[in-house]
Amino acid sequence: METSNNSLSFSRRSFIKTVGLSTGGIMLGFTLFEACNPDSKVMIDPETLNYKDFNAFIKIAENGMVTIYSKNPEIGQGVKTSMPMLIAEELDVPWEHVLVRQADLDTKNFKGQVAGGSQSIRSSWTPLRQTGATARQMLINAAAIKWGVDASECTTNEGVIENSRGEKLGYGEIVTEAALLEIPDNVKLKNPKDFKIIGKDIRNVDIDKITSGKPLFGLDYKKEGMVYAVSLRPPAFGQKLVSFDATEAKNVPGVIDVFQFGDKIAVLGNNTWAAMSGKNALIAEWSSDETLMSSEDHDVELEKLLDSDKLKEVRSDGNVNIAKMNADKVIEYTYEAPFLPHSCMEPMNFFAHVTDDKVELAGPIQTPEGTARQVAGLLKREPDDVHLVLTRIGGGFGRRLIGDYALEAAEISNISKKPVKLVYTREDDMAGGFYRPIVKYKISAAIKDNKLIGYHLKEAAVGSSINKSRASYFPAGCVKNYKVEAAQLRSEITTGPWRAPVCNFLATAEQTFIDELAEELNQDPVKLRLELLEVAKKDKKNKMEWSPERMQAVIKLAAEKANWGKSKKGVYQGFSAYYSHNSHVAEVAEVVLKDGVPVVTKVYCVVDCGVVVNPLGAKNQLEGGIIDGIGHAMYGEMPFVKGKPQNLNYGDYRLIRMMETPIVETYFIDSNEDPTGLGEPSLPPVGAAVANAIKAATGERYRKQPYTKYMVS
Amino acid sequence: MPTYNLNVNKKNHTVEAEEDMPLLWVLRDLLDLVGTKFGCGIGQCGACTIHLDGSASRSCLIPISSVGDAKITTIEGLSEDNSHPVQKAWKEVDVPQCGYCQAGQIMTASAFLEKNPSPTEEEVRAAMHGNICRCSAYNRIEKAVNLAATMES
Repeated sequence: METSNNSLSFSRRSFIKTVGLSTGGIMLGFTLFEACNPDSKVMIDPETLNYKDFNAFIKIAENGMVTIYSKNPEIGQGVKTSMPMLIAEELDVPWEHVLVRQADLDTKNFKGQVAGGSQSIRSSWTPLRQTGATARQMLINAAAIKWGVDASECTTNEGVIENSRGEKLGYGEIVTEAALLEIPDNVKLKNPKDFKIIGKDIRNVDIDKITSGKPLFGLDYKKEGMVYAVSLRPPAFGQKLVSFDATEAKNVPGVIDVFQFGDKIAVLGNNTWAAMSGKNALIAEWSSDETLMSSEDHDVELEKLLDSDKLKEVRSDGNVNIAKMNADKVIEYTYEAPFLPHSCMEPMNFFAHVTDDKVELAGPIQTPEGTARQVAGLLKREPDDVHLVLTRIGGGFGRRLIGDYALEAAEISNISKKPVKLVYTREDDMAGGFYRPIVKYKISAAIKDNKLIGYHLKEAAVGSSINKSRASYFPAGCVKNYKVEAAQLRSEITTGPWRAPVCNFLATAEQTFIDELAEELNQDPVKLRLELLEVAKKDKKNKMEWSPERMQAVIKLAAEKANWGKSKKGVYQGFSAYYSHNSHVAEVAEVVLKDGVPVVTKVYCVVDCGVVVNPLGAKNQLEGGIIDGIGHAMYGEMPFVKGKPQNLNYGDYRLIRMMETPIVETYFIDSNEDPTGLGEPSLPPVGAAVANAIKAATGERYRKQPYTKYMVS
Repeated sequence: MPTYNLNVNKKNHTVEAEEDMPLLWVLRDLLDLVGTKFGCGIGQCGACTIHLDGSASRSCLIPISSVGDAKITTIEGLSEDNSHPVQKAWKEVDVPQCGYCQAGQIMTASAFLEKNPSPTEEEVRAAMHGNICRCSAYNRIEKAVNLAATMES
């Protein structure tokens, strides 16, 4: 699946040669168009050109058209645009001549084909620029040989090489020779001040296809002879399939086959509706749900854990117990968040065709490499047998880091011996989740002489847990006596990473608590944060991955942009600041009261994420993260009754919609530092910014999400 | 199996389908028009929005047997060359993140602007309230609809 930035006039077509070259684990390659009629100038749709797939980053055509492969999964975070920008920048070609294609899984040529942890740009920043710069140097070297001049006499500009005599060669005219040269080491990267593409607003490379409804997504993927599968799963986590009756299901027109796999039943149809209808006609008996836990049980058990001896130390500085004993006062509050489904707009789906020759997979997955390996393991095949085509992904949010649905598709194809597209209904998607863990944080502060002298955070959760790294984020380092402990509750309910794992609610708890602390100390919440950061600046002993200076800078700018403390009458502000995914973020939420009900009308956001590769895309990520965060803080909850998830479609499960969305204003700290994460870090702080603004507006302190559930209207 | 004659994007199609098959799956699976998306199947998310005789409709809720001779327009047929003002505005504003819901958003917006060419900001927000964007690109959706309203078709 590819996207062009324009149509070029081609004089030559069809490739004659491909060369793959290795540099630092990264492959470069070039393909050419064979001369067939050098004089004809016909407009050719670049997408119809027959590029040979040889799994590398760059191909250059004789007319200068450049194809760049984007290796990482595109889940809406914009890397299919921003990663090729890095290559194009150093290759020194006009963006309008670049055609971007999504690379398939290719473990031999690409490293780290993953979308997770907001790391795509951060980890690619140097390697992808080196890839572009290396190719550029090889083109220069080839031109220099041809001209009989020294390469150092040659410069490039927008895809054209020029020597000191003023002679010029387009990249396409020298690419054959260039591809055969030795790969240079230690190529020089551009000085950021010379960037022509990085830092510019570049539109989503798939925008034309998206606005005209072209096939892009996993659900759109079709193959000759493909059948559709839907499966019935145990309704509750922890239940097993006892027996089933498929008589009615098999009588549904269009149903091809019904069979059991594991504790699930697959229904195959010659279209999606037939398979869905067949599933609805199944009669299944499941094992007892008597011993399975409900949300109320989780609540009680997590509460117990917070004061149990099951808590394990994650980080400890100084001695928080002594600080509490010496304190004038200790304040303590508990913050709670429910399970959340990811509810990606594109329901889970995957194509699989298992044959004796190979295993073909295609679909939306954040972890293609790991998933292909798991499929190989499941089917007892060689990893090389498995081929995976990456489609554009209709939302990830962490759900598609787990490839269970791809494994199911492979298993169904393996049993049926057919090319199969497995499709989850929305209900399947919501019920078959790897949910954001339900979690409680109990935080206490020891106060002496109106200063914070001790900070103690206890976590109780189902599933994932705070680790040492996250226990070292702000406000760690800001208080001498500091302790984080955590305990786990076992459950059959599967949990997994959900956009900004752990941080998505840890930040809410901590940044709400800091507001409560400010109230207790009778201090301005912004001033308090800046003061706490002064302590961290002096702490040379505990080396932290985040920077108190950069945190102070985003806080100060956010306060300035939002006119902190001077908002209009009837507009109430809440502050929050957090570090995650290597980026520093500060946010101000504004709330007004409409008929006494708090409504978020505006959010100011300041981010330090180093160099901003594509500001247009970057702002979209920040806006999205903030509104997503507000929506889930206000409305999101997946309750369970005896292991069974309850809100299975958008009638019951509430997502934020247009009329509830605030305007988001975003600002970046001007920086030449290497880029850091952007897909996630705007989300964690916003829950607290909203809670703090609601407190300012109503006097009510919300410590439990979803906030609207606990609002008296 | 019953046969139906459908008018989709100004072309006539004859399809064989069960009478309860929602138009969504007729379009996607039988006619290969996959621009119309499946989101929830219960008319709550708007990803499957199409125009039925010019009105925005949820194709997941419309059984093929109830379509009759109504004219169906999908995202693929909204314009010949991606040049409908709403499509142009969407590109100008660079609305999408994942992009999955956008066909539905565009179909809702275009039907709305056809009926209300000069909406207020509040009317735009109300009109788009039924379409979920899980990536929450709502600010840009709003901006693009307002921009499209200023463009000539």
